[in-house]
Amino acid sequence: MTGEYRLADGGRIDRDRPVRFRFDGHDYEGCAGDTLASALLANGVHQVGTSIRYGRPRGIAAAGPEEPNALVQIEEPFPEPMLTATTVELRDGLVASGLPGQGRLATEPDPARYDAINAHCDVLVVGAGPAGLAAARSAARSGARVIVADADTEFGGSLLGTRDELDQAPAWRWIDRVTSELQASPDVTVLPRTTVFGCYDDNYLVAVEHRGEDAFTRQRAWHIRAREIVLATGSHERPLVFPGNDRPGTMLASSARTYLHRYGVLPGRRAVVFTTNDSAYAAAVDLHDAGVEIAAVVDVRPVATTVWTARCVERGIRILTNCAVTGTSGADRVSGAQVSSLPSGDAAPAELDCDLLLVSGGWNPAVHLHSQARGTVRYSEELGALVPDRTPRGVRTVGAAAGTFTTAECLRAGSEAGSDAAREAGFHADVAEVPGSPSGPVTPPQPIWLLPGLSADSDDEQFVDLARDATVADVRKAVGAGMSSVEHIKRFTTIGTAHDQGKTSGLLSSGVIAELLGVEVAEVGATTFRPPYAPVAFAALAGRDRGDLYDPIRVTAMHDWHLEQDCPFENVGQWKRPWYYPQPGEDMESAVLRECHAVRTGVGMQDVSTLGKIDVQGPDAAEFLDLVYTNKMSTLRVGRIRYGVMCHADGMVFDDGTVMRTGEHRYLVSTTSGGAAGVLEWLEDWLQTEWPHLRVHLTSVTEQWATIALAGPRSREVLARVTSDIDLTNDAFPFMSWTDGTVAGSGARVCRISFSGELAFEINVPWWHGRQVWEALHRAGSEFGITPYGTETMHVLRAEKGFPIVGQDTDGTVTPHDLGMGWAVSKKKDDFLGMRSFSREDTARSDRKHLVGLLPPAGSAVVPEGTQLVDSTELPAPPVPMLGHITSSYRSAALDRPFALALVKSGRDRIGQTIYGHVGDELVPVEITEPVFYDKEGNRRDG
Amino acid sequence: MPRTPGADLPDHPDWLWNSPEPKSSYDVVIVGGGGHGLATAYYLAVNHGITNMAVLESGWLAGGNMARNTTIIRSNYLWDESAGLYEHAMKLWEGLEDELDYPLLFSQRGVLNLAHSLQEVRDSKRRVGANRLNGIDAEWLDADQVAEICPILNTSEDLRYPVLGATWQPRAGIAKHDHVAWGFARALDRMGVDLVQNCQVTGFDRIGDRITGVRTTRGDIAAGKVALAAAGSTSVLADELGLALPIQSHPLQALVSELLEPVHPTVVMSNAVHVYVSQAHKGELVLGAGIDSYNSYGQRGSFHTIERELTAAVELFPMFARAHVLRTWAGVVDVTPDASAIMGLTPFENLYVNCGWGTGGFKATPGVGWCYAHTIAHDEPHQLNAPFNLDRFTTGALVDEHGAAGVAH
Amino acid sequence: MMLIPCPWCGPRNETEFHYGGQADVSYPADPQAVSDVDWARFLFFRANTKGIFTERWNHQAGCRRWFTVRRDTTTNEIFHDDSHEAVTR
Repeated sequence: MTGEYRLADGGRIDRDRPVRFRFDGHDYEGCAGDTLASALLANGVHQVGTSIRYGRPRGIAAAGPEEPNALVQIEEPFPEPMLTATTVELRDGLVASGLPGQGRLATEPDPARYDAINAHCDVLVVGAGPAGLAAARSAARSGARVIVADADTEFGGSLLGTRDELDQAPAWRWIDRVTSELQASPDVTVLPRTTVFGCYDDNYLVAVEHRGEDAFTRQRAWHIRAREIVLATGSHERPLVFPGNDRPGTMLASSARTYLHRYGVLPGRRAVVFTTNDSAYAAAVDLHDAGVEIAAVVDVRPVATTVWTARCVERGIRILTNCAVTGTSGADRVSGAQVSSLPSGDAAPAELDCDLLLVSGGWNPAVHLHSQARGTVRYSEELGALVPDRTPRGVRTVGAAAGTFTTAECLRAGSEAGSDAAREAGFHADVAEVPGSPSGPVTPPQPIWLLPGLSADSDDEQFVDLARDATVADVRKAVGAGMSSVEHIKRFTTIGTAHDQGKTSGLLSSGVIAELLGVEVAEVGATTFRPPYAPVAFAALAGRDRGDLYDPIRVTAMHDWHLEQDCPFENVGQWKRPWYYPQPGEDMESAVLRECHAVRTGVGMQDVSTLGKIDVQGPDAAEFLDLVYTNKMSTLRVGRIRYGVMCHADGMVFDDGTVMRTGEHRYLVSTTSGGAAGVLEWLEDWLQTEWPHLRVHLTSVTEQWATIALAGPRSREVLARVTSDIDLTNDAFPFMSWTDGTVAGSGARVCRISFSGELAFEINVPWWHGRQVWEALHRAGSEFGITPYGTETMHVLRAEKGFPIVGQDTDGTVTPHDLGMGWAVSKKKDDFLGMRSFSREDTARSDRKHLVGLLPPAGSAVVPEGTQLVDSTELPAPPVPMLGHITSSYRSAALDRPFALALVKSGRDRIGQTIYGHVGDELVPVEITEPVFYDKEGNRRDG
Repeated sequence: MPRTPGADLPDHPDWLWNSPEPKSSYDVVIVGGGGHGLATAYYLAVNHGITNMAVLESGWLAGGNMARNTTIIRSNYLWDESAGLYEHAMKLWEGLEDELDYPLLFSQRGVLNLAHSLQEVRDSKRRVGANRLNGIDAEWLDADQVAEICPILNTSEDLRYPVLGATWQPRAGIAKHDHVAWGFARALDRMGVDLVQNCQVTGFDRIGDRITGVRTTRGDIAAGKVALAAAGSTSVLADELGLALPIQSHPLQALVSELLEPVHPTVVMSNAVHVYVSQAHKGELVLGAGIDSYNSYGQRGSFHTIERELTAAVELFPMFARAHVLRTWAGVVDVTPDASAIMGLTPFENLYVNCGWGTGGFKATPGVGWCYAHTIAHDEPHQLNAPFNLDRFTTGALVDEHGAAGVAH
Repeated sequence: MMLIPCPWCGPRNETEFHYGGQADVSYPADPQAVSDVDWARFLFFRANTKGIFTERWNHQAGCRRWFTVRRDTTTNEIFHDDSHEAVTR
């Protein structure tokens, strides 16, 4: 037997499959199908933890996700903080403990897998209780693609916790029949253990499927786009506020019924039932019939419903109308309830012994998703609850979630909503038949928020939010401090901010506030129902997009070769680029000096495939490029290449690169590696929306090409070994021109461009020939000591020539003029993007920051990039005026000294002056120079 | 009885503020009862002796971005103009708890701004250098030093974008946003300033280009001066006057976890692996990330933004895998073209504007109050907010805090 | 996650698109002729409408076309009553 409170039969658990678990250091046994909560109750354990502020014992108060009290820390199979015992499926080896306040995260990595899936459907049904199942069946029969999701381990919703009959048979037979029908429908996706936790724009809903600790994927995030939605999310029973309403053994009446019917557990031996409505009577009757002694049903209403009165009389259950529970006793568990008459509590309170106190303050429709879907809610005086008011298009909220509380009505409304949703989605749908269900006359509930006649001394024992240990005294204090907004009071008291986000306490606190302020509940309102409906693990939403999958990795055709050299890589945008190629024993500095030396004196090669390439075609291509580059591209002759700068309309440099004219109506534009996508989008924007009359088409061809820079005085000799159909002489193939030919057996487009100032060739071949051509060049260069080099050497070499790198030497606040690139800004064009901005007051200033060179004393250290520059040899008190900062800084192999580029106020006017870099606590002198340090005359580019 | 960990928020005082009916006339009316509006009223009263004043709030006091931000406070901005204003705010923060006699839970636990690329390293060092010369505590830390300060951060090479280092501002930290607002509100109430809630400004009264009052859902109110402090709703107000402002309102989302044992000793922000995370006083993780791309006044954003933010969080903090999202929400932030605020005079006499704080408004709260109050009282900007004028968009003298700062928030 | 109607590809998830802000802001015919104030208007000032807003989107991960959409900025409701054609700014 799995626990002394377990019944010999009944319920949905499997007594033949005992499950061993450990809670708070004690070993217990439960059954397959138990939750941790039901297994604990079966073993007579009510207290799960202690409360967060006052350390009061707290027990299991509910049977589902609305549980405010029974928080547990999972230790095994893997630590997980703050779950409710009522939603933890029991499994062999589970180790858990009660949680008073803060949960604990594992220090070891989570070994579980998480993933995500996208799904589209015609009708999404959220919730598989009577309304949801009826809706799903109606919709499914129309042939619509249906997804039906429910948080619970099995379908049936509230029916699982009752002994209600449908069509004169136990309800579970109907549930099984409908579930089987749905599972057998090819267009229906049946998702138990799946909590739909958020509803976003255009019927986009997000759910998490709890696939189990042993499943290949522990949790799966579902992203569902639904044409039509049926929200059948049920309702949560609301507790009551009275002194001592937090003692373990105090439980929502329907939850006790669920423990009885679904888990075969008696949550106590002798119960007092305290209610404001009819629903708790079923618990009293059912528990009585299962052997629990019912000390009394305490009903705040003056008259109990006839049919329930009759059933109680039959069983000898005493009903105390016009009464309330006004106190409890007991140490770690309720042992008695004080019952007083209403309204004044004038009759002497009677103490009723009990070990179980069932409460029902009415029902809160679970309007969370309805509200997230931009449905509105209103306060229903009759029900004492927030119910859906206006429902947006494409959404139907039905069943208990809509304030419908009889099974018959839920079934009917669900079935109609399912067929309506399918019809809206374009299907012929009938309203599927629903089973017969008994329903009798109902006496309206009598919502009550604060019991009258109690002394204020009891305020701090009347709990409004059990999870936050917030009492009537706290609300009274907030109101007394001048607060009237429910939002303020929530923040003041922290009500509704715990793990359950106020599922049981939300409206309850509004009611209490209304009482204390003397206004209507409707006037107080409620706080917003924010996603997620129930807590969701971070990992479930991160899914597989971690590590290498966090962001796509882009690699070039030669990437594997680089890997074989074991070189470190630099992330440039999404690209992996070789940073430098260290030889054994080399650090970065020595490797880079060697690589630089090789390019300046021999030959080097770099993989530059990552540079963006855009094919610009059309009769108006030249006109278009004239508009987007600062210089003129229309005058470029076919076969020639020009460097170009692009500015945003505000005049600030945002990309640069070479432009090749490949035909009368065709150009190949190159961009920075990181900027390619942005440039293409920018060009498309202007082309499509501002100049749609221009006949131009843009195509990204970055990944069609593999590109190799061959640089250095010996580069021509190397290239000559692998090409026979290109005349490589300066006359035939001058600087800034291109030609097509064959390189290492591959068709190639070869350019005479140089980012190092040396004689250089840029060899473009089809991507799939990239590695072969790379290796052929490497072989051909071996006798010249060809040296592969990475981005760092490229940076040094270009800096020696004063070539800026957009994004490093610029920061979005730099004009071409600031860079000293007035030569690249056309004075002949009527307009180009950015032109107008140059004449603004601030951009026209002569004392803007200019890109200049800096020379620290020879023999000194490299001044770090980012170093701020000041004018004085001694620092004044802050704020210290700053002249600018160092954008690039290296040791030059060619110059045998450190050097730098910097943006300096009026820099070009201060060439020759010494200023100071603030490094650590030191001021390091640096001389302002022209930004070109090497081969100022440009003699080396032709070899 | 000692309180359980996670329960240790200090109690609020027994009295906070009245909810008066608005009077028909005030010397100064502040439109917007958020942090900025309250702080401005506070310094108008304390520094400039103006108390015949109302703060008009369309909803509940401090219920906009003040109630929705992730409470990070720092002053390590790149440009001198920003550094001046934010550092002034920081100095005020350091005395604010005493000044307001309110437990603001101001916790100077430091902020790490991570760098994940060589360019971010350069930008970070540049910013640290500028900060130090501006008198702001700032250091550059390498990855090992980062790990010492925040051991739960994944500083290994396994990351798609490994942590190459971080800037560190030790004086930075967090505070409890509601407490800050309520501290100001209580002080204002004591000084006789009217805090009028549920009072929406629907228009302005003017004589020519001189503003003489506001129209509200609770009646017309005459005012000697009117100061806008309405964040994401500023455009709606300015439209009433035909006053164009270069701001766009976007959703900015945030979220919290359940209460957790303290694991996160500081505040971590990353742009490349975009998330920012702190662990608040009760123990909940508080996370934010980027704004949603589109204009919106809906106080809600798109789920993929949340999803991406959590991915970044788990990438940087593997131990957060089984933490749970309890609640997500959004504010409406007004962003400018240069990611810096607008504060100063307007083309209208007696009308002042403070907007465009984007994602950075909370940390500036006392500094804004101080400078804006000066601007209103003297009818000219304080030197610290002078650069943040509207004119800069015409001259081009922007204070561009997007790119170079390497910091979006 | 809005569902945005691309006129070329049909309704697609918001994540496929890039936002472009206010539609119908024209580049001045002769930028050199406009004042600094008007140039600043063009560069930096955009309507920040609360309510129905005509705005630009680019189907970045699809056909790369720009188009306009009318959307309520308070509810994100997109109005399908007009043809979502390629636009002028």
